[in-house]
Amino acid sequence: MGNMFTALDQIFVNVLHWLVSFVPEPWHPFASALLCISFILMVFPAFFSIITIFERKGIGRIQNRYGPNRVGIPFTKIRLCGFGQFVPDGLKMLTKEDIVPRAADKLVHFLAPVVMLIPVLLAYAVLPFGRKMTMTDYDAGLLFFFAIGGAVELAVFMAGWSSRNKYSLLGAMRAIAQMISYEIPLILSAVTVVMVVGSLKLVDIIAAQNHYAYGIAQWNVFTPWGLLGFMLFFIASLAESNRTPFDLPEAESEIIAGYFTEYSGFKFALFFLGEYLGMFAISGLGITLFLGGWTSPVSFLTWIPSYIWFFTKLITIIFVFIWIRATLPRMRMDQLMNFAWKFMLPLALINILVAGIWHFMAVDWQRWIVCSFLVVFSYVILGRGLMRGQKLGKRNYRYAE
Amino acid sequence: MTPLQACLLVSAFLFAIGFAGAVTRRHAILVLIGIELMLNAANLNFIAFWRFGPHPEALAGIMFVLFSMALAGAEAAVGLALVIAIYRHKKTSNLDEVKDLKG
Amino acid sequence: MSPALIITAIVTILAAATVMSLRNLVHCALAMAITFSGIAAIYLQLSAEFVGFAEILVYVGAIAILIVFAILLTRSGESPEKSVLTSGWGAGIVVSVLVFTALGWAVLNSAGLPKAATAAPETTVKNIGEALMGKFILPLEIVGLVLTAAMIGAVIIALKEDPKTDNSGRKS
Repeated sequence: MGNMFTALDQIFVNVLHWLVSFVPEPWHPFASALLCISFILMVFPAFFSIITIFERKGIGRIQNRYGPNRVGIPFTKIRLCGFGQFVPDGLKMLTKEDIVPRAADKLVHFLAPVVMLIPVLLAYAVLPFGRKMTMTDYDAGLLFFFAIGGAVELAVFMAGWSSRNKYSLLGAMRAIAQMISYEIPLILSAVTVVMVVGSLKLVDIIAAQNHYAYGIAQWNVFTPWGLLGFMLFFIASLAESNRTPFDLPEAESEIIAGYFTEYSGFKFALFFLGEYLGMFAISGLGITLFLGGWTSPVSFLTWIPSYIWFFTKLITIIFVFIWIRATLPRMRMDQLMNFAWKFMLPLALINILVAGIWHFMAVDWQRWIVCSFLVVFSYVILGRGLMRGQKLGKRNYRYAE
Repeated sequence: MTPLQACLLVSAFLFAIGFAGAVTRRHAILVLIGIELMLNAANLNFIAFWRFGPHPEALAGIMFVLFSMALAGAEAAVGLALVIAIYRHKKTSNLDEVKDLKG
Repeated sequence: MSPALIITAIVTILAAATVMSLRNLVHCALAMAITFSGIAAIYLQLSAEFVGFAEILVYVGAIAILIVFAILLTRSGESPEKSVLTSGWGAGIVVSVLVFTALGWAVLNSAGLPKAATAAPETTVKNIGEALMGKFILPLEIVGLVLTAAMIGAVIIALKEDPKTDNSGRKS
């Protein structure tokens, strides 16, 4: 019984080893890397296409309409609840005319989507999708992830600048300002985990959370600093992936589509793909850091294969992303900056202190009291500071006579 | 040519290119870029000597590069702030036109 | 010497030469990002992983973006019509060629360089962290101080002045 579940858990690893054994010995690392890359290139774009349907249907439901529900298998009556929609969507996107503005900087305009996609795909190299399912286990994996993320900002700038369009440039500037501002709380909230675990290696970070007390997992999110860190990380990752309420870079009511106003067809599809893959990657990192990666939340469910846990958690987080998108309005630029610099940054710094106190106090109920008090106290004080001077009340509407 | 010599040659070339850019280009930002290239050439030397030197376990090369990166960041921030401030006063960032203190 | 090292070295050198020869400043900044990525790749091949990732984080993620912002804020994104070179550019080229010749001659003819290739040193992030917190704690503190001072200084220098005061600082 146990053997079967272990085999199921390691099925991809074993298939990989079996396939690699067909090539001659000196080519083993090369073949293994190639297979891992093709795995990522197949699984995540497929996941992306399914998630777009989920998003359209989910937003439709929340906004009291149906969303796509027609396309199924052609020439039959099978509709699949509209889940075939991504095929015509993709075909439409790929067959559209590729328009390059006459004034555009042709080379940079062409390179921008590529530069956007490459770092996003590279980021998957260090994510652990399951037990022993990490492509490259760098000693400084977390640093690699954040370093690679920096190149996305450059791609956004390239897209905005090379289009020679004021809306594109405005969108790119907004996007870069937002990404830089939210990168700081993002990294600082991840630093707490590094401090407590004592490693930048993502596999080690998961191993440190893979314990059970009273049948419940010891994930980082179940501690005061972990909860605060996860909240900060989640909000910052919303901003990093330009999702509502932080979608100012592509605020369609103000600046058309932001930095990809002048992109169409295949290049736009690449941007779209890059944005979603970036969202998945950063959610995967959040899962790894705070939600225990591929471990199961309760000890009696550990027999479920590890990759199923990872993807379940990923889908849950993406669902929350979609839910927030359908619920919250867009922020204003000054609100966005105030929130990042006056609220999230100090809170992330205090959280580092809390994590240090947690690490050095005795394993006892007292540290729960002290750390929870610090977290709640600083949250309340900073929140009041942020809201000071703002009158929140019933809005007076004025109507035209 | 040993790998150490190759790295040192690359670093020498980067230094020369950075130097040429810093002294021949007019634009203040390009001068800053040239200085960054020269700093990077020095960093590459540190890493190459750390890797092929006799005592890599002492980590002196790595530490030097990390600190030099931090200082390069500080230098870029202050330098670009200066460029922006000068642009605000003179409406130019050409170094040939900013010569009020020239005797 | 591995072929990967040769390829990355050539890419880095070409990108560096491009930085200094293009007319459009934004193109220069983008070529600079390629140069820094190439240098990071060389670091990775010299088994200095941590430094390589830090190089990408600091230079491509922060300094390139900073430079691009400065280019746009000083409205120098367009190619200039006039010459991009200073008045004394010939002397500058001569001096830099001399510098390269001298350095290259020294590198190729120096007897003191270690000849034998050594095994890659085993450094973990843990070692680096322990060294930073132990032996190199004083420089670390000083770098923190310098960075704080630089940040405050940069903000004050780039701060928009009060429109009521003119250039000499007097209230008008």
